[in-house]
Amino acid sequence: MKRPLFLAPQTYRQRRLRDAARILPVLAAFLLILPMLWGDEASDIRQTGSDGIYLFVVWFLLIVSAALLARRLSSEPDGVDAASPKDKK
Amino acid sequence: MPFNLLVVAALAYVISLFCVAFVVERRAEIGAAGWLRSPLVYTLSLSVYCTAWTFYGAVGYAARSGLEFLTIYLGPTIVFVGWWWVLRKLVRIGRQHRVTSIADLISSRYGKSNLLGVIVTVMCVMAATPYIALQLQSVTLSFGVFASATTDGWAKPNGDVTSIWVTAGLAVFTILFGTRNLDANEQHTGVVTAIAVEAVVKLVALVAVGCFVVWGIADGPRDILARIDASEMANWHMKPSRWTGLIFLSAAAVICLPRMFQVLVVENSDERHLATASWAFPLYVMIMSLFVVPIAVVGLELMPEGANPDLFVLTLPLAQGQGGLAMLAFLGGFSSATSMVIVASIALATMVSNHIVMPFWLSLRPAKAVPGDVRRLILLSRRLSIGAILALGYAYYKVSGGSEALASIGLISFVGVAQILPAMLGGLFWRGATRVGAVLGLCFGFAIWGYTLFLPSFGAEAALSAQVMTEGPFGITWLRPQALFGVTGMDPLIHALFWSITLNTLIFCAGSLVSFPSPVERVQGAAFVNAFDAEPGGGQGWTAQGEAGAEDLLVMAQRILGDDEALGFFEAQAVMQGKVGYLPDPTAGFIEQLERRLAGAVGAATAHAMISQIVGRTAVSVEDLMAVANEAAQIMEYSAKLEEQQDALTRSARQLRDANDKLTQLSVQKDAFLSQISHELRTPMTSIRAFSEILTEGDLPPELVTKYGLVIHQETKRLTRLLDDLLDLSVLESGTVQLNLDLSSLRSMIDAALQSASHTRPERSFVIHRDLPGEEVFLRTDSDRLTQVFINLISNARKYCDSDAPELRISVRRKGGRVTVDFIDNGSGIPKDKQSLIFEKFARLTDQTKAGGAGLGLAICREVMANLGGTISYLPGQWGGAFRVTLPLRLEKPKA
Repeated sequence: MKRPLFLAPQTYRQRRLRDAARILPVLAAFLLILPMLWGDEASDIRQTGSDGIYLFVVWFLLIVSAALLARRLSSEPDGVDAASPKDKK
Repeated sequence: MPFNLLVVAALAYVISLFCVAFVVERRAEIGAAGWLRSPLVYTLSLSVYCTAWTFYGAVGYAARSGLEFLTIYLGPTIVFVGWWWVLRKLVRIGRQHRVTSIADLISSRYGKSNLLGVIVTVMCVMAATPYIALQLQSVTLSFGVFASATTDGWAKPNGDVTSIWVTAGLAVFTILFGTRNLDANEQHTGVVTAIAVEAVVKLVALVAVGCFVVWGIADGPRDILARIDASEMANWHMKPSRWTGLIFLSAAAVICLPRMFQVLVVENSDERHLATASWAFPLYVMIMSLFVVPIAVVGLELMPEGANPDLFVLTLPLAQGQGGLAMLAFLGGFSSATSMVIVASIALATMVSNHIVMPFWLSLRPAKAVPGDVRRLILLSRRLSIGAILALGYAYYKVSGGSEALASIGLISFVGVAQILPAMLGGLFWRGATRVGAVLGLCFGFAIWGYTLFLPSFGAEAALSAQVMTEGPFGITWLRPQALFGVTGMDPLIHALFWSITLNTLIFCAGSLVSFPSPVERVQGAAFVNAFDAEPGGGQGWTAQGEAGAEDLLVMAQRILGDDEALGFFEAQAVMQGKVGYLPDPTAGFIEQLERRLAGAVGAATAHAMISQIVGRTAVSVEDLMAVANEAAQIMEYSAKLEEQQDALTRSARQLRDANDKLTQLSVQKDAFLSQISHELRTPMTSIRAFSEILTEGDLPPELVTKYGLVIHQETKRLTRLLDDLLDLSVLESGTVQLNLDLSSLRSMIDAALQSASHTRPERSFVIHRDLPGEEVFLRTDSDRLTQVFINLISNARKYCDSDAPELRISVRRKGGRVTVDFIDNGSGIPKDKQSLIFEKFARLTDQTKAGGAGLGLAICREVMANLGGTISYLPGQWGGAFRVTLPLRLEKPKA
């Protein structure tokens, strides 16, 4: 199935919005696994206070971005889903 | 606090929840659900993820392992934030196929295979058992903590009695809640709302305890941070394998846990709610875990040495004299436990009744029409299943001793359900995933889980002997349960997770690659993987049956859906088909709709089996597909044949048209010839008659008599010649001509022909180009006839060549055993449209009377040549009129 090469700006924005929604969990996983790389190589001892603050701040930011994305995504007209590029081969 | 007060409070709480559920279902029945089906309620109901394990256990987990407890909430956060990937598709498929449970999803995806349904059900029940035991344990513990403080009121029963009572109470409660009726699509609005209320209670309780700790005991967040740094929790051990492994595990569990699947997919009433839940649920769990570390730190600081950190949420307010807050905390923990047990046992009971009891019952009674009230049977089987599941949980609690930390029990359960993940994700995104692969992967992963994690969890010497644990079965060290294949450096949980998921996935993929899916499986696979492309449009291939089928279907549907609902559904379908009454035609579309509807109540596999019993065939078979393919091939072949025939027809039509054109032209020619020949005959006849009349009158001078006699003689000769020609032609055509074969030189024949032809229009002087050496050929043929042909051709040239300086070239060529003689003049030749006519009888190109012939010359030539075994043809493309005579060098076999 042939898809058009150029899209209307609005459709283009929506597609990128979906891309963002797909990238977000990858970013989340990266940021949440990041603390593994901190501290001395030799020991696995970490500071509870600072790590906790980092994790909760990241968590909160993820929630805020997810909320923003969800709002924009759910205001899409119905039926656009059907053309979702992910689900087409 | 008095034990009796505690019991009264718990009962009052349960009864109020029951009232909420009851009122909500009433409202839903009259169609006034309204805000009850809002994204908020949906999100709150998802909080069944946070069980008593979260409520009590997280604090203990934090006290023991620092921030590692967060992994249990970070995994679900990633999944929900990434809802566009998996959850959206899961919910869409769940709604499209009216999935009733996770076992139903897997079974439906892999060709409505009940075997898979059974496997997943058994796995889920086994994995849920420790989890339920965990809830029982935490409720029992919390009762114990509370009631120990005082001695007034009822005497506090010991832990065993409490746990039995708790189990029984939860069973009754769940049966009352979850199996009051059989919903068409397995949604429990009332229960969901009650769960949402419980979610609020536990959130409020935990936040209240947290606020009390942060602002009541400590002096705000800054002080808490200082206390963290000062406490023994200031440092924690970050083990990378556990950190990533547990995040992955909790992410897998949040979609694979039967209770999560129930609230996430089955109870979902609107796909758009998921968008809200994508951020609201992570927010909920974040708030739930926000105060865990402060409570743990302050608890460790204030509580006496050796106090169970799992119960700090309860004991800390109690020790501080906050009875009311402790009561709230108790109710929060109680909520967490009950909501988990209710939803989990409803989900498991649905699976057990749909995938084990119903198929078993159907196989016992293979009668076509379904007798008895299936609804009651289903409800009964669900109630019994709930009881059995809780009894199993209780048994596990008793066997495992209830002494372990809460968190580790929960994680065992997580690893068990995570085994479903490969089959589920593979089914959603890979069309090549097959039933065989799924069965193998699930069984293998589950076996490894049981061997490396579940059985050892019963404690040393309980299920596996200490010898097996340390030396492996039969002394094979690389099969030690906690060090498979010699991997010894891993934490036992991560070890089990790693090996079970890795091997599960590998075997699932390998099994899928080498096996071949059945047609139903392929149809379902395409419908699942391409869930967003379109509403699934059938493909199940139910064939239309007679009117009797519709009635049987109605009887069955009534027994599953209930009279009103079934009749309403059938009537609506009949109206859609444009019929009056309750019996729609059992078209393929209708049967599929009905199957979906029934699948909402009893699961896809069972619904499929029941309909198959009545309709009498199970979906598409390979034979059907082959037949369809054959039919298509036949149609193609047929159309190819038709095309061929059409081509042939076109060809013959063209030939006919050509022939017709020729005939028409000939007919015109013939008419012209007839008038010509009658004229030709008439002219001499007229003069013969006139002169003979004059002669008969007498009295004529003798010279006139002689003259007239001569005229008559000449005219008679002309007539005779004409008639000779006609006679000659008819003899030649009939093939009865007598040939006089002799050997003669071509040159002498051409000489003779030129000599004879010079009498034709002798006034014209022709330049003749001859090829004398080439003419030195001796032919064995009828020389007189051949000369006649040459004479004809030469005199034709003399007659018709319209050049001012006429020339005639005669060239001779030998080729093989044949000789060709070309006669080419320099006139204007014969126009193309006449070329096909010139050899026909009576053909005359012009009306020129000067030609004088009857138009038989070339026709005679053609017949002569045919008799001599040769041909004569017009040579197009020369500079003038050109004829080619081809004849054999030796005519071997004279005719006649």
